[in-house]
Amino acid sequence: MFDEARKPLLKVENLKMHFPIFRGILKRQVGAVKAVDGISFEILEGETLGLVGESGCGKSTAGRCVLRLYEVTDGTIELEGQNIASLSGSELRAKRPEMQMIFQDPQASLNPRMTVGSIVAEPLYEHRNMTKLERRARVDELMDAVGLARRFADRYPHEFSGGQRQRIGIARALALNPKFIVCDEPIAALDVSIQAQVVNLLEDLQEKLGLTYLFISHDLSMVRHLADRVAVMYLGKLVELGPSETLYTAPQHPYTQALLSAVPHPDPAKAGNIDRVILQGDVPSPANPPQGCNFCTRCPVAIDICRKDEPEWRQIGEGHFAACHLIE
Amino acid sequence: MSSTIEQDQAQNRSLWGDVWSQFRTHRGALIGMVVFGIILFGVTFGPFIWTKDPFFLDIRAKNTNAMTSCFFTGSQIWQCFSDPTSIKYFDPNAEVLDRLKVSWSFPLGTDQIGRDILAQLMQGGRVSVAVGMTAMLLSLIVGTLIGVLAGYFRRVDGLLMRFTDLFLALPILPLLLVIIMLFRDTLRNAFGPETGIFLLIVFIIGMTSWMQTARIVRGDVLALKEREFILAANSIGTPARRVIGRHIMPNILSPIMVSATLGIATAIITESSLSFLGLGFPSDFPTWGRLLFDGTSYIGQSPARVIWPGLAISLTVLSVNFIGDGLRDALDPRIRGR
Repeated sequence: MFDEARKPLLKVENLKMHFPIFRGILKRQVGAVKAVDGISFEILEGETLGLVGESGCGKSTAGRCVLRLYEVTDGTIELEGQNIASLSGSELRAKRPEMQMIFQDPQASLNPRMTVGSIVAEPLYEHRNMTKLERRARVDELMDAVGLARRFADRYPHEFSGGQRQRIGIARALALNPKFIVCDEPIAALDVSIQAQVVNLLEDLQEKLGLTYLFISHDLSMVRHLADRVAVMYLGKLVELGPSETLYTAPQHPYTQALLSAVPHPDPAKAGNIDRVILQGDVPSPANPPQGCNFCTRCPVAIDICRKDEPEWRQIGEGHFAACHLIE
Repeated sequence: MSSTIEQDQAQNRSLWGDVWSQFRTHRGALIGMVVFGIILFGVTFGPFIWTKDPFFLDIRAKNTNAMTSCFFTGSQIWQCFSDPTSIKYFDPNAEVLDRLKVSWSFPLGTDQIGRDILAQLMQGGRVSVAVGMTAMLLSLIVGTLIGVLAGYFRRVDGLLMRFTDLFLALPILPLLLVIIMLFRDTLRNAFGPETGIFLLIVFIIGMTSWMQTARIVRGDVLALKEREFILAANSIGTPARRVIGRHIMPNILSPIMVSATLGIATAIITESSLSFLGLGFPSDFPTWGRLLFDGTSYIGQSPARVIWPGLAISLTVLSVNFIGDGLRDALDPRIRGR
């Protein structure tokens, strides 16, 4: 509504996450896996930022870094003006209720030995001073909010289907009324009919509670449906970021073009006419990225400068950013 | 009708109620519990019912056979049970007709210096079961603690596991000798001869058997730590001690339970070997292991002297194993749901 007045809720600048590699008898550090290598973006209040990219490009790591589940190597993560990358111990813990996460595998993200009620109540137990009855009431409320029957609270996760388990995970994430939720491929492990349910639930909740999402996914069409803006990641770096419609209709970066051309078309008659950009070769190892542009080894239009200099991250349009030498 | 039953169950479900109802379906565990109950009852209250002094030497009754040897007297079997002292039997080794030494005063017979085996068995059971349980508990606590710390906190992993390797590499026998030489008299003076040696033995067995548990637990914690629900707990901000208590411990319960049940067996047997070496309880102090070893020299004359303590040890170990098995199943919600 008031686009001008919207403030960024989350501001990530030059975020780096390098996992050291130790080798030899003395366990000396011989290198690092540069899972996330200097990414910057903002998420406005109440919007959904989609983060897409192929497997192993570092999008999940980026999501986890944003919640400080890893000790980041470098960079700042400002949530409402407070840099959570440098917070320690109790300060960080006090900030946790504002940011939550929904996980990819609903089977693995729920403790098999705990009842659904106690799983959903765990955040309450940790951060709110509630009596047993108040906790129970809040759990019932949350179960209603995600569309699960209240009496399921006494059951164990293995008694539920994948979609229901993901709802349990969502209920847990909502327990503390967070402002910001990282959705780490929340629909990747579900089958298509249930994906829609979960996505609709996420949209409804956003509308009702004014949530802000960082939606990590490799399902490009789902991201288009859900996200206001989309960021594309390749080998630890952002290659393009822009408003959803602009990015999908006029992708600028050659990698984005290749990625989008891989989206299947619903109409088989038209599907044959799509000019597919088929990338050759494999993604280079993040422990040893190529010189120059990260994408130069597979880029169909790469020129000499791409193999020498790293392209700059710059604005190329209204809220549209990309990192490529070839874009004017 | 069925829906009301379901609702009733939903309202009345409590964790321990569920655990018990699953436990009841495990027949082996139930039998194990009954057998273990009988053994416990026997060793605790038995000496009050069978009041013979296990230390009293009835030298004229030495080497009495157990009443069970009546089963091998052929046609005289009924006479043997009704009037044991009158029985004559043919000893094929000596080729003479001899009197079978059996008496209802000593249903399980006596040893070579005339002490009642039944009384000794009950007295010894107290010590053996107590040593087994406490030593197992001690080794379990130490093993789990070290395993969890090593698995969860990467910084102490190397240190703690090398410490575990160190204990595994220690030659146990010389160590025992040294410990016992150093501490036996001090402990005896401090706690009295029996309690002192009891503490010493429990300590020694506990301290030399926690390593397997520690390794198994560490491995399981390492695997568990990578699961997403631990990450979820971290993202909630649950502190490490509660992550361990709430998420790690319940999930490593089954390996712990298995080591615990096996640990009791090992502890009872280790105690008996210690006694055999003269490092444990004094030689006149009955324990199951001690009785077993004393009996081995007389196995030809009266096999019952080996069979009864052996049976007691085996039954205890077996029943505890079955109880552990049933408990492990009952505590796993996935199995419980079936």
